[in-house]
Amino acid sequence: MAENVWILGISMTRFGKHKDKDTLDLGSEAAIGAMRDAGVGIGDIGVLAAGNLIGGNGFGQLLQKQIGQTGIPVYNVANACATGATALRVVVMAIKSGEVDTGMAVGVEKLSGAGLLTGNARQAEGGHWVRDGRYGAVAPLDGRVGTETMPGVFAQIGMEYAHKYGGADFELFARISEKNHAHSTLNPMAAHRKRFTLDEIMNDVMIAYPNTRPMCSANVDGAAAAVLVSETKLRTLSLEQQRRAVKISASVLTSDPWTDGCQVLPDINTLTRRAAATAYEQAGIGPADLDLVELHDCFATAELVHYDNLGLCEPGGAADFFNSGATWRDGSTPVNVSGGLQSKGHPVSATGIANVWEVATHLRGEAGDRQIEGARVGLAHVIGLGSACGVHVLERSAA
Amino acid sequence: MERVPLVDYLVLGDEPHLVAAECTDCGARYFDRRSACARCGGLEFGSADVPTEGVLTTFTIVQFAAEGVEVPFVAGVVDCDGTSVKGNVVNTPPDPEHVTLGMRVRLTTVPVGTDADGVEAVGYGFEPID
Repeated sequence: MAENVWILGISMTRFGKHKDKDTLDLGSEAAIGAMRDAGVGIGDIGVLAAGNLIGGNGFGQLLQKQIGQTGIPVYNVANACATGATALRVVVMAIKSGEVDTGMAVGVEKLSGAGLLTGNARQAEGGHWVRDGRYGAVAPLDGRVGTETMPGVFAQIGMEYAHKYGGADFELFARISEKNHAHSTLNPMAAHRKRFTLDEIMNDVMIAYPNTRPMCSANVDGAAAAVLVSETKLRTLSLEQQRRAVKISASVLTSDPWTDGCQVLPDINTLTRRAAATAYEQAGIGPADLDLVELHDCFATAELVHYDNLGLCEPGGAADFFNSGATWRDGSTPVNVSGGLQSKGHPVSATGIANVWEVATHLRGEAGDRQIEGARVGLAHVIGLGSACGVHVLERSAA
Repeated sequence: MERVPLVDYLVLGDEPHLVAAECTDCGARYFDRRSACARCGGLEFGSADVPTEGVLTTFTIVQFAAEGVEVPFVAGVVDCDGTSVKGNVVNTPPDPEHVTLGMRVRLTTVPVGTDADGVEAVGYGFEPID
């Protein structure tokens, strides 16, 4: 039986605009913060997994040159919006394999001011038609055959659910956003902490119906890092370190299996359902045991489908579940009490570790004004379109 | 005037329609150039005509897109009797009063432009049936 893995230290930078800090400043801040929180130094770290999509190649090694070149193996990972969760998962695997007893995962992104992240500007047209790519297209397809923009893709994913099961419309999606923005007012780490009325959300700039601007994740700067240890190692550390440690009861990464139509519109459901099922089995818990959930609300339309995918509600019952008030912070299954990606912000590679930070902070009883009282078990979920899904189930230390 | 299809899987002519690559082992359908079947790993593909009418199973109205892309437009997925097809909803105002989940649509062609040689490129979209 492989070892249990624990979070010994974890840290995130405030999300938002960091004009005077570059990728390495932010990554260093998170990494040094995680080591300080863990009570370890760079000499204790046996493996580093590092994620950064925008900054170029070899981010992990560049980070080492700032925080300590100890010669340990570095795994530079990339899995779209699941990059941070993937980094975490790599360190979990390294510890479970027995190769190391302590490792660190770091994710960073500088995205302030970035616009749409896909849906590239068209190249100049003219000359004569030339067939190109795997569709033999003679002109760019974005806008001519569907949309390649993320707000539009995820809008369709939410509307597909609405078509299948009913009960969801523009107003319901907007009310999900209203919840997350309301939650954000209690989170000092969030980029945007303004509460919006439902009217304000629905009458804001439409990006891709039914997603208006506040219903889209915010492009911001940020970093997060975690130091993980084996259970054997943890038992050699101080009682205070053991008390604050958070158990990783499940760590799962999936890709999307083939389903009908999945190459026409991404199927972000099946891989999330599989990841959740495996995670609950690994952790020996069910969705009803969760005291809080941080899930990948890159758009308001995405949050709805993940209530169902994570088994938080009856199949097909996500709209009723939300309408019951269950996912507000005073509900039965608080979801995105951090404010979610719509208000906290979404620095892509940092997100999968920052979500774990949020859950861990509640389990430690250190979440301040937004603390979910008595939280014992939580789940963190991310999706990287393409797709990759990371699910981590965390439990408070019994010590 | 000479015409070319916007994509390889669009067949022009008197009765424009779409053709899918269909795995001869498992029947999975694709619209791109294939290396193998993503469902079963099969290497042989036949060609299958896709029905030209179907049901709009999801859509979005894109108001904000990359530079050079005309907005607003309606992007959606149409279930053509079991085959999912990506496409724009055209020939109707791009608003949620005129575009609704579950509406019946049919394939139509859409002009893309004419190149320096005078060749016209033709794309496709789906228009409401009623």
